[in-house]
Amino acid sequence: MEVPKDLLYTTEHEWIRVEGEQVYLGITDYAQDQLGDIVFVELPELETEVITGDAIAVVESVKAVSSVYSPVSGTVVESNIELEDLPELLNEEPYSNHIAVINISDPDELEDLMSPADYEAFCAEQE
Amino acid sequence: MSLKQTPLYKMHQKYGGKIIDFGGWALPVQFTGIIKEHHMVRQKAGLFDVSHMGEISITGPEALEFTRYLVTNDVKQLQDNQIIYTPMCYPDGGIVDDLLVYKISSENILLVVNAANLDKDFAWIKEHAFSGVEVENLSDSYAQLAVQGPEAERILQKRSDTDLGSIKFFWFKPNVKIAGVQCLVSRTGYTGEDGFEIYVSPDKAAYLWEKILETGGEDITPIGLGARDTLRFEAKLPLYGQEMDKNITPLEAGLGYFVKLQDDDFIGKEALAKQKQANPERVLVEFEMVDKGIPRSHYQVEKDGINIGWVTTGAHAPTLKKAIGLALIKQQYNQPGEEIDIIIRNKAVKARIARGIFYSKNTKSK
Repeated sequence: MEVPKDLLYTTEHEWIRVEGEQVYLGITDYAQDQLGDIVFVELPELETEVITGDAIAVVESVKAVSSVYSPVSGTVVESNIELEDLPELLNEEPYSNHIAVINISDPDELEDLMSPADYEAFCAEQE
Repeated sequence: MSLKQTPLYKMHQKYGGKIIDFGGWALPVQFTGIIKEHHMVRQKAGLFDVSHMGEISITGPEALEFTRYLVTNDVKQLQDNQIIYTPMCYPDGGIVDDLLVYKISSENILLVVNAANLDKDFAWIKEHAFSGVEVENLSDSYAQLAVQGPEAERILQKRSDTDLGSIKFFWFKPNVKIAGVQCLVSRTGYTGEDGFEIYVSPDKAAYLWEKILETGGEDITPIGLGARDTLRFEAKLPLYGQEMDKNITPLEAGLGYFVKLQDDDFIGKEALAKQKQANPERVLVEFEMVDKGIPRSHYQVEKDGINIGWVTTGAHAPTLKKAIGLALIKQQYNQPGEEIDIIIRNKAVKARIARGIFYSKNTKSK
């Protein structure tokens, strides 16, 4: 299972890439493997104000429906509309295909996220 | 509680199956991936472990008469070695289970029932048994493998001296050797493709599993429960617990063809005859999504903000490549082309009632 070193992670199996005041959000390799074939992604609307822990997107595989929670507070500034027609991209390249971009309102919240090493240890515990 | 294992449990592990709890059974939900497995069955062939299915035998001079009394379909028209699909009902017309009836002879009938309903079915059948009829639960004496797909016959034929082409759709042969193993082979399945179901002694099941995979090579792959469900649903084959249950009658579930109200008496006949005359208040309809979204079991269905029923099964159909569903709705809304709303996460998502949108079965006609 792949866990890139340049990203942050959540216990909900999401990855976060920080670029200035914006965070890119996606699901991890572990998450896509657990879900199986992904057939639908419900994306957040632009300009949605979110607080940490809000369900902002839904990923549906053949067998399961899974919410994606915002790891930070802020405003949704981009949704990856490519996933509307090609949801399977989340299976194929989970780290190259984000779900949304959020403008963060409180950068301190990033300190609550997991490092790659912590996330790997967390996944190992799940087995 | 520890899960029950089929005689093929070790094979599931060996071939990388992702094991889940399926109604108390440890069974693989997938091997290589549900969609990939689905396409393999539609295009080539797939091998399924369906050993969890229940087998109940009814024997004795009155076996056929008793079976007719138990189920809604006319089993008395069966010839030896022929099979029929039928619901089995309660007196009020609700469904106990749906099953296959194998007529070995007039005095020896084999019922193949859903795993989750086995105990309930067995108790129900025993409770109603005519005197002189013996009812036995033989489920532990049979493992069951299904080989489904356009290549199924070609693959199995390589390992059998019996002409499998001579087994027509919904017929069986009791003494067929496949790879030297004694089997009962029927031309049946739950995928909408041609194929066979093979009943075999549990101690030979793993050997047979390996031989079939070895013989089929690249043209066959193990299939898990996930693809079993997408395949059956896409071909509009009903599932107990979703399209039917104790509160849904066969007439409501679109299974009227399997209810034969002429002549003989059977449990539920009176209620079903009455319902047929009055027209059922609910009906199972096909629908396709107009707006984006995936319908799923138990999602509510509305028309102009009024609840009219629920989704029995919905899915992204892998071969048809669209989101479709079956819903049990009030009869008066059953108009093809009619727009309805599927309530997905508290939002009304547009769908349209349709007819004939499901996958056309490739089973060999009679």
